[in-house]
Amino acid sequence: MTETEPHLVVEHLVAGYVPDVPILRGASLNVNPGELVTVLGPNGAGKSTLIKAIAGMVPVKEGDVRVSGKSIRGIATHALVGAGVAYVPQTNNVFTRLSVEENLELGCICDITRTRERIEETYRLFPDLARLRRLAAGRLSGGQRQMVAVGRALMARPGLIMLDEPSAGLSPKMTDMVFQKLLEVRAGGVTILLVEQNAKAALAICDRGYVLAEGRDRFTGTGAELLSSPEVGELYLGSKSRLAS
Amino acid sequence: MMQLLVDGIVAASFITLGVIGLSMVFNILNFPSFAQGDQITSGAYMALAIATLFGTVGGPAGGLSVGWCITIALPCAVVLNALLALIIDRAIYRQLRLRGASRISMIMASFGVSLMLRNVIVMFAGQDPHFFTFAIQPALRIWGIRIAVNELIVIGVTFVLVLCLHLFLSRTTLGKSMRAVAENPSLARVNGIDVDRVIQWTWIIGTGLATVAGVLLGFTVQLHPFMGFELLLPMFAALIVGGMTNIYGVLLGALLIGLVEGLTVEYLAPEYRQAAPFAAIILVLLFKPHGIFGEKA
Repeated sequence: MTETEPHLVVEHLVAGYVPDVPILRGASLNVNPGELVTVLGPNGAGKSTLIKAIAGMVPVKEGDVRVSGKSIRGIATHALVGAGVAYVPQTNNVFTRLSVEENLELGCICDITRTRERIEETYRLFPDLARLRRLAAGRLSGGQRQMVAVGRALMARPGLIMLDEPSAGLSPKMTDMVFQKLLEVRAGGVTILLVEQNAKAALAICDRGYVLAEGRDRFTGTGAELLSSPEVGELYLGSKSRLAS
Repeated sequence: MMQLLVDGIVAASFITLGVIGLSMVFNILNFPSFAQGDQITSGAYMALAIATLFGTVGGPAGGLSVGWCITIALPCAVVLNALLALIIDRAIYRQLRLRGASRISMIMASFGVSLMLRNVIVMFAGQDPHFFTFAIQPALRIWGIRIAVNELIVIGVTFVLVLCLHLFLSRTTLGKSMRAVAENPSLARVNGIDVDRVIQWTWIIGTGLATVAGVLLGFTVQLHPFMGFELLLPMFAALIVGGMTNIYGVLLGALLIGLVEGLTVEYLAPEYRQAAPFAAIILVLLFKPHGIFGEKA
């Protein structure tokens, strides 16, 4: 990896669940080492598909995905962790029938000699989880589940973590808390790609953002630039009013 | 009454060892395998074939009605039968999985495997029953309860294996991975769990235990080509009564069905034995539609 190579590069990605019906139609982005980059966009813009395509969960037709200069296009999802990439899905992101601690343990499956020490480190980052360690994850609140999901993703010590709408279904207070934790994670040197519906909260903490619409990246800029951009506002409000009608 | 309980536990032991594989395959591969019964049968016949290879099936040894050669034949049969299950999975079920086959297609395929296995057994061993031994074993009397040494072995082996299974699922990484895949395979993949490997171990463990069930059934009763298939109904009853997704519920379901069968034979008539599991299913589902320990879907 050269000094100038971004941590994650997505190039003209064309991908979709069904052949010939691409949801992504040439989306590109890059994330530099240690950056927190957010991907925004109206419903159906292809935000989740983008993250899933990077994770090898959606067939990629064209384009490339590179992590630290190495192509991971079409990677088997279970090999993703080995490539240094963790992914936190939006829904069903904890094993509800397993205890909190068992959930964390499974995050470290590629390096089981380190499991114990990393669980303790995770408890230092999320002190609440230490208290709940024996509880089945299905009995946790939404915010606590998100902690387990993020904590588990970090167990493998990924260089890059991708999160799909971690604020979904959380109260504003919980969202703040989760986002604060993400800043702590980034401070630990982890690169973050954050897909969000909650544009305001995400733009407030990110270094840069991309706005996705109709399967392409339409705008990019720093958080402040995007927040004040009239085009971005229009794209959002336009689609929102359409959705409401 | 105690006698009834013991007889029920013996019947439940066979169901238990068989239903574990059925439950694991159901939860991990997402279809009820109708071939599970015949995999019990194939295990028993494999053990018989291996034991016969050693020359003599062996005279009674140490109060047991079968010879010591069974202690060699059983593990060999476990390995062989598990290997057969892996081959069947690779040749049939995996091809269907890769093509995104529906649950119905998987069930139909397992019917096919069931028929195939049974007919191959008939081809090699014939329709007539076989025996590990012809020795007649007098029952022991312990606190007034009649029980044969064979039956004591059945209960003991089942208990130890269930305990091992519990430790495996709750303590080992592979066991936890299995529970994870059962609940959410796509999240398991994201965590770096190799789902294909978990599926292979599901067949190995499920079929391994089915083989033990077959051998134990073979030396307490007899071997015949339908021995496992006849166990399929009570196994399904245990699975449904126990609530499908909870392995401990399913184990309790097995015990319940075993006891119900025992009670039916004692108080109604032996002919009703096969109907008893149905009655139990209906009764339980009337009051607990998701089974005793089931979760709402």
